Order: sequence, then structure tokens, then C-alpha cells
Amino acid sequence: MAMLGTRDVYGDTLVKLGAKNKDIVVLDADLSVSTRTAKFAEAYPERFFNMGIAEQDMISTAAGLATCGKIPFVSTFAVFLAGRAWDQVRQCVCYSEKNVKLVSTHAGITVGEDSATHQANEDIALMRILPNMTVICPADGIETARVIETVAMHKGPVYVRLARCKFPVIYDENYRFRIGKSDMIRDGSQATIIAIGIMVSHAIEAAKRLSEEGIDVRVINMSTVKPIDVKAIHKAALETGAIVTAEEHSIIGGLGSAVSEVIGESNIPCPIKRIGVKDCFGVSGKPEELLEKYCLGVKDIIEAAKDAIKRRSRPCPSA
Amino acid sequence: MSMETGSALINKEERVKMVEKEFDWDGLARDIRRDILRILTKAGSGHTGGSLSIVEILIALYFKKMRHRPDNPDWPDRDRFILSKGHGAPALYSVLARQGYFRLSELDSLRCLCGRLQGHPYCCNTPGVEISTGSLGQGLSVANGIAMAGKLDQRLYRVYALLGDGELQEGQVWEAAMTSAHYRLDNLCALIDYNKLQIDGPVCKIMGIEPVGEKWKAFGWAVRQIDGHSLDEIMDALDWAEREKGRPSMIICNTVKGKGVSFMENKVDYHGVAPTPRELELALAELSGGGDA
Ligand SMILES: Cc1ncc(C[n+]2csc(CCOP(=O)(O)OP(=O)(O)O)c2C)c(N)n1
Ligand SMILES: [Mg+2]
Repeated sequence: MAMLGTRDVYGDTLVKLGAKNKDIVVLDADLSVSTRTAKFAEAYPERFFNMGIAEQDMISTAAGLATCGKIPFVSTFAVFLAGRAWDQVRQCVCYSEKNVKLVSTHAGITVGEDSATHQANEDIALMRILPNMTVICPADGIETARVIETVAMHKGPVYVRLARCKFPVIYDENYRFRIGKSDMIRDGSQATIIAIGIMVSHAIEAAKRLSEEGIDVRVINMSTVKPIDVKAIHKAALETGAIVTAEEHSIIGGLGSAVSEVIGESNIPCPIKRIGVKDCFGVSGKPEELLEKYCLGVKDIIEAAKDAIKRRSRPCPSA
Repeated sequence: MSMETGSALINKEERVKMVEKEFDWDGLARDIRRDILRILTKAGSGHTGGSLSIVEILIALYFKKMRHRPDNPDWPDRDRFILSKGHGAPALYSVLARQGYFRLSELDSLRCLCGRLQGHPYCCNTPGVEISTGSLGQGLSVANGIAMAGKLDQRLYRVYALLGDGELQEGQVWEAAMTSAHYRLDNLCALIDYNKLQIDGPVCKIMGIEPVGEKWKAFGWAVRQIDGHSLDEIMDALDWAEREKGRPSMIICNTVKGKGVSFMENKVDYHGVAPTPRELELALAELSGGGDA
């Protein structure tokens, strides 16, 4: 399977956008080589600002640039962008409604060897709770390109969550992304797996294996976690009767919470099983090892789907 | 009890007078202080001491130095002002209203559910406010961003940021101090309201900031220390800052917290409480005219 780094695509897309749109400026906090904003820095040095290791200053500075019509893309690791500078994001970006794009890399447990200090399993929760914020987590490199192009045109604060490791490519160049619109990758009738980021490709694989066992599940890529695609969630609950959420993030406050909130306030009875990091910090290890250790693998999704199907109050539509 | 609004908006005639130097600047400062005290009492809460200490600084900026258009707050070439110590909002609101950004009568709705003037400056609904502040320590970074955009676009506007002395204890201020110097933001001028007090007591007792001038110099800034209640000294310093090339300038303004009301001056207790109606009466009497007490 072809693999693409979402951060590599981010860096390349920024360079492309920067050629057309002179209002785009980029800020980084001494991680430009890792976040790939260094590519933009090389192409347009006058529009790149390395802020040093000062994330709080970086966010507020970006907001200042935005007051003058600039479109700042601000990047560093997810743990520093969403965590270290949260109050700045809250006051200068969200409350002030400034057109700032926060694009983090190295989100989630797949950061790997650098260990818990660098594994952001809380960033979606931290960003999702902020009024005016849009939260997006692309599933592969192709979608990342579409997302970055889209948010550059979108007016308002956006948080985009990218990873360190490469993701399997699941889309082709014809893929179209729209903020707030989920993508049904595979239809199914007995359960729905709603996933984001790298977990989308795991969900696709799980669905394949489940179908070999005669279990027919739907797979939805919910790349926009906020505003979430309520319609698609209701439809999944109504038509398939059971939901599994899958994210490389804490089961608290992220996609699983968002989907549960939607179902909890609906009148559709539907069991939900959340796959995610279970309220703990990670450890050092290879990304694949950590995905297995924290139960984020294909087999975990398969088990979760079976469990959710067992817990449903109605018989399977196709059973 | 007298609750009348001070003199009305600055009109054209008065503007001409201002230029001709016959204008009663002390009277304007008194009017603004009366606005502050009146609206804080009406609201029943808010920050009195730190609003009274910045009146002359705001007059110098908004009535004398800055090029801005109250009828077109988004004019791209306007000079910018960021009130990093957002709790000084009552003073800013009075000055903005008297400059015509909104009606003077709107001041009465400060902190009211019915009005738009929030307890701390909110940029999305208040004309003339560039960014929301209230959580301290962020304004200088924002000012840097605006100054950087000005350099990129080769616009000639200048950027001003006003910080509290206690606010300097926030680490982000020093991150920003490095940024301003690193990017040689000579279109930026920061001012410190050095009133020597914060919430829990004197700044020197809570977490000392001295030698404050030396600190800014060491961070690469041009630094001047002045009397923050002397319009002439503030104007001199603002002109000096404009001539500074290749580095940002810092004006440390020695001020008195609670300035203008004898029983509020240098009193830590008046940081975050509004005057009672009785205190307002006494304060307005002190500020009722002729000569500064
Ligand atoms: C980040 C942050 N921490 C705490 C506060 C609460 N607070 C409001 S004003 C203030 C004291 C500010 O002192 P100073 O900067 O000296 O202001 P001034 O004396 O001019 O009122 C504090 C701690 C805040 N607004 N923001
Ligand atoms: Mg003070």
C-alpha cells in the first residue's frame, strides 16, 4: 500500500498555496524541519517567522498578523500548540475570531519513541471545547492536501491535526473535502465504524475482515470533528443500529465523545463503543507497537464492532 | 448625587483648539476620570485604580499622537493601540467614546447584559478594539504581529501596546520582548503603567521587576522612563520613540494607581472594586474642576 506523510503533504501544499496567495504567512517554533514548514521558509523567507521556542508568543503574534488581513498558518507539535498555548488560542484566536490556522503535527500515540511528553492524546478535546473553533483530522495525505487548501480559503479559526508517521493512502486525486461533511468510505448494514486520522485505514481493514466473517459494517471518515456531521451519525445509528468510534486520542473529549453526545441527545437507541487511548499516558515504543499496546489496532476495532452489535436493542437489519 | 456625563464628544472646534494649545487638557483628563468612576459605580464592579492611572497615556495617544479615524476604525493605515492590561477597559471606553467610536451614552451600559461594552475589551463588537484582552501577558505579542504585518506590507502605521507593571511577571511578555527586538520592530512602542501595585500588594513585594529598565535594555529595546501623568513628557517620549530606528522602544511611565482621587491613590484596595455611591460623590467633588488636587 502506498504511504504518504501528512506533514510532508502539508509542507508541499503550503508552498503551492503561498505562490498564489501572498497573504499566507507561516509561523513555527523551532520545529520547522519536523513540521515541514521549512519548505515554505525556503520558498518565501520574508513570509516565514521562526518564533523560537515560544509557543504562547507565536499564537498571539499570529493573531496580530491576522488583524491585518494576513492568513497565518501556525505549526508546531500538537502537544505544544494545543496544550502549551491554550489560553492564547482561546483569547487571541477564538474569542477574538481571528483568521488563524493552527496546523499541528506529531499528534497522538504514533509519535512513538519520544514518549508521553510528546504524545498529544488530548489536543482534540482541548480544541473542540473552544467556541468558534473548527477541528479537522485528515485520514491520509490526499485528504491533507484538500484540507489545507480548503482551510486557507475558509474564514475563521481552524485546528488541523497531523501526525509524525506516514499514513496509508486511501483516497485518489478526485477526492473532494468539505468542512463538516463526513465521507462514507464503505456502506454496511450491521454496524458503523466512525474513524479519524490513521484509524480510518484501520477501520477499512477491519471492515474487510468482518465481511469475510459475514458481518457487514459501514465505515465513515469523520475528518471534521467539529462541526461534526450530525446527519451522518443519525443515519448510521438508524440504518446500522450500532456504532464504533476509532481515534488515536483519548476516549475522553475527542471523536468518541462527540459522537456519543450526538447519539445521547437523539431519540435513536444505539450502542456505542469507543476505541481510543483509555485515560492514560503513553510510553516509548514503535508506533505499531504502541497502537497494539493501547488497543488501537485492526483486531481491536473488529472486537469492538462485534461487541456493539451484541449490545444493540434491535435485531440486525440484515439478520 | 450628580450622575451627569462630563463634557460631550470632542467637536471640530475643540480639535482646532487642541492644535492651538488652548485646549483644557487637565479638564479632559478630569472628565475621563469622572466617566470611569461614574460607569464603574453604575456597573457595581470593575477595576478602578488601574483605569485611573492610564488616563494621560490614553489622552496622549488617542487625542494627540495616533493617526486614526473613529468613523472608519478599519482604515488600513491607522496607528494601532493594544490595551494588554485589559482590565483598564473603562478608561479605554471613555476615550474611544469621546473620540467618536461610539456614543458617549453607551458608556452607561458597561458590564451590562443589555450592552456591548464587556468587562474586558472585546474586539468583535467594540469599534476601535483590535484584539480581545483580559488574560494578561498577551498584548505585546499581538502588537508584534501587527508591527510585522506593517513591515511586510510596507505600511507606515505605528503600533502601541500598554502593559501593567505586574503584568511583566507573565513569561509571555519576555518571549514577546525578544521577538520585537529580533525582528527589529521599530514601528512598535510599548508603554508600562508603572503604578507599583498589583492585586495582592506592591509589585516589589509580590514579585519584583526591578531593575525594569535594565531588563528591557538587555532585551534589545530603547528605553525611557518618564512621568506618566505629564502629557508633555509622554508626548516627548512618543516622539522620541518614533525617531528610534532598528529597535523597538519602551516607555516606562511612572504613575499613581487611583490617580486623581485622594483616597484611592496608591491604595491596593481600589484595584478591583468599584466606588460605592458615597465614594463616587466624594470623588466627583474632588474632580469637579480647576487644578489637580
Ligand atoms: C493571566 C492572568 N492572570 C491573572 C489575572 C488576574 N488579574 C487581573 S489584574 C491583575 C493584576 C495586574 O497588575 P498590574 O499589571 O500591575 O495592573 P494594574 O496595576 O495596572 O491594575 C491580575 C493578577 C489576569 N487577568 N490574567
Ligand atoms: Mg500595577
